[in-house]
Formats: sequence, C-alpha cells, structure tokens
Amino acid sequence: MKIGILGMQGDIEEHLATMEKIKVEAVRVKSVKTLETVNGLIMPGGESTTMLRLLKLTGLFDLLKEKIKNGFPVYGTCAGLILLADEVEHPTQDSLKILDLSVSRNGYGRQVDSFHAEISVPVIGDKSFDAVFIRAPIITKVGKVEILASYNGMPVFVRQKNVIASTFHPELSNDTRIHEFFVEMVKNAFGS
Amino acid sequence: MVEKGTWVIKEGFADMFKNGVIMDVTTPEQAKIAEDAGAVAVMALERVPADIRKAGGVARMADVGLIRRIMKTVSIPVMAKVRIGHIAEARILEALGVDFIDESEVLTPADDKFHINKHDFKIPFVCGARDLGEALRRIAEGASMIRTKGEAGTGNIVEAVKHMRAVMDEIRHVKTMADEELVGYSKEIGSPVEIVRMVKERGRLPVVNFAAGGVATPADAALMMMLGADGVFVGSGIFKSSNPAKMANAIVQSVLHYDDPEELVRISEDIGTAMEGQEIATLTEKMQERGW
Repeated sequence: MKIGILGMQGDIEEHLATMEKIKVEAVRVKSVKTLETVNGLIMPGGESTTMLRLLKLTGLFDLLKEKIKNGFPVYGTCAGLILLADEVEHPTQDSLKILDLSVSRNGYGRQVDSFHAEISVPVIGDKSFDAVFIRAPIITKVGKVEILASYNGMPVFVRQKNVIASTFHPELSNDTRIHEFFVEMVKNAFGS
Repeated sequence: MVEKGTWVIKEGFADMFKNGVIMDVTTPEQAKIAEDAGAVAVMALERVPADIRKAGGVARMADVGLIRRIMKTVSIPVMAKVRIGHIAEARILEALGVDFIDESEVLTPADDKFHINKHDFKIPFVCGARDLGEALRRIAEGASMIRTKGEAGTGNIVEAVKHMRAVMDEIRHVKTMADEELVGYSKEIGSPVEIVRMVKERGRLPVVNFAAGGVATPADAALMMMLGADGVFVGSGIFKSSNPAKMANAIVQSVLHYDDPEELVRISEDIGTAMEGQEIATLTEKMQERGW
C-alpha cells in the first residue's frame, strides 16, 4: 500500500514526514502517472488558488475528480478541503465538488487570527487533539456529510463516503492519530 | 485553550508557502496578476528592488494605504517589508494585519547594530541570510522563515546561488559533525548552539528557506529549487519583464516541474523578454551587505 501526497504546492514534506513517522510508504504526486500508483491521496495545506491552477494545468483535476467519485480514498487538509468542497466563497472559486458542503476561505480572518485549540475527535479516541488552524476556512453549510469534529459549534472535520477533510493541519501537530485513521480507511478500501 | 501567535502558528504558516512563488507587487493590479498566475503570496512595496536601486536615497516601508488596497484586492497572503531594526514600522504592519513581515536589506537599514526581536510579535517574520550563521542568528531573534539574500534588483542569479550553496554546504557539514564539535562550530559561525544542534538533528534549517535576489527566468527558479530551496521569491523579475503575466505563470510552473527538463522546455517557450540584468562587479552598493 502506498499513500500519495498531492504535490502541486504546500506543506507536502510535512505530510511525508508524518507518514514516515507511522512507517507508511508515501510519495509526492505531481503527475497523472504517479497518481495511478497510489492507493489513497492526501491533499495538503497551502494556497488553494495556486493548487487549483496547477491541478488544471497538469490535467490532474479531471482525473482526480473521476477517481474520487469511483471510491478512491482522499484526505484534504485546509486548502485540500477547499478544493474538495461543493461550493467555495470569499471569494468564489472553482473546486472538485466532491464534499456536500460550502466553505468560506480565510473564515477566521488573516494570519493574526490563526490559532491552535484542543478539540475533541471521537473517531480517533478520547484524548483531545491539538488542532492548528492557519488562515483556515470555515465550513458554512453542510449537506450529506458526517461531522467528525467541531470547534465553537462549527464543523472542522468531516467525512463523506471515501473522503475525509479537516479545516486544520494535523501534519503540524505532534500527533499522528488522524493520519493513522486515514491510513486505516485506505487499507479497508484497498483490501475490499 | 486557544493560542495565537505561537511558534507553531508562525512557522506552520511559512510551511504553507513551500513549493511556491512569492512575488513583489507595487499596485493592486499587479497583485491580481500575481494571484491569477498562482503566486502563494505577494510582497507589497512601493518600488521593486531594481527601481529602488535606480532611485537611490532612503527606501522605507511602503505607504499603509497601498498595502491596505493590495490586501483588499487579493485573497492570498500579503507580506510587506520593514527596514532592518525598525521596530515601529513592524508594529504598524502588525496592527494593519499584514500576514508576514520581511525585515529586509532591500530597504535602507534603520539600525546599524540590531535586528528586530521578532519573538515579541504575533506576526511571523522572514529575514535574509548569506550563510548558515546569519540564518541561525535571525532564527534566534525569532524569524519564522529565511530567504537567502542573493542580490536584489539585479536579475543576476549568481549571488542567490552563492548564498544557497553556502547554506546547504554548511548544513551538510553540520550533519556529519560529532556532538563535541558543535559548541566550537557555533562560536565560529556566531550562532546559538541550540539551533546548530537542531540543524544537525533535522538535517535542514529549522524553518522554511526560500531563495531570493536575482531570479529572472523560469530556469533561474528551477535552479534554486534544484539547489534545495523550499520555494522562490521573485522581486523585479516579474514586473520588469516584457510580459509579466506570462513570466509569472511560467515561474510558478517551473517551481513545480523543476526536476523535469521536458516540462521546463514547454514552460520556457515564448514567454517574452526577461528583465535586464546587471553584472555584480559594476554595482556601487550591495544590498546583501546590509545586516549581519
């Protein structure tokens, strides 16, 4: 089993390092050819505008959308969640339209408003998770998604079939539980 | 408990720029061109370094109104420069809410002895460096990101290469050192042993390290990525070229495809004329020598 880290732009190395820590093989994915060699994909944090543009230029946009619709496991963090959303506001921008939710970019404000907070994530255990929110988006409307964690009454971690997504950055916390949770998801999909 | 402005938040934000291009812009219109081309952030300033060099005199923080207009125009992060050691300019930018401050040698230094104590700020800082010692001194002062200095405004990549190679060579050297050598080496390069030890353990700088100062073509950007940069700053290189939108686009793509020569061929085709370059030996003042 091999996990891909979408390699258009962003903190790709931080996700690769987390995978190394939990001893799971992972590679940077920046071409259609490499995407076909992985069993699941993490879409990292970074600038969603940059990633969107490069996804389209590399031809990965359409292929990725089709694969995800056919059950390919994906985990989007921050910018990754924005790319997976059905609707992106502030400002409006195109997306893969996979997750049944609306998201507002930089929902908490600018960098001065970035923060970290302990949140409860029942699917990974009772111990709280130190979630890092950096110029994070806010999920403003949810449809058919399951809420896995909330902060201040707003969803910050969601699941819809083969896709999970968080508005925070687990790759920046010294806690690998969410990555392990995703790896389990990929293993189950891979095994079936 | 909710915490803001901590090291994780500041350094983690810099991580989000990785594998990206940060572009100098002097108007909201230029900022929009940069954003549309795929820049991960823009640096708001009144003049690009090539024009600062030409104009001479004292270069200061940009007008707050200009920075504010650029912040309103784009959705990507906005950085702005302060003079080395100018605590008040930095406080103004922090209160204004820019996303990142560049304590930059491109502006005229305000303090000939000290850089800003960046730990005191909630906003992250990026600083220039020519070698490992200088980079680690800035990190000791609280910089959350480093950029190798190069020689801004020249369109000549040679100094950027020199500085990136210096930093990378020294990191390789530290990695192979015995623990007992670290204190002596720290004294030699003038930086705290705790941070030198961090470099040894991680095998890299403890913060993000971009290349800057002389990037004028997609090939220049790819070269800096090949040498180990985490990303690239382009100052005058975009808006002093004959077709800024095309050049910006091409440089963004070259940072992604830096290790794929065939892609670089496609990217480098028909993108207009790059900015005019300058031979380093002809310069009357080297910006890289500002700061220590």
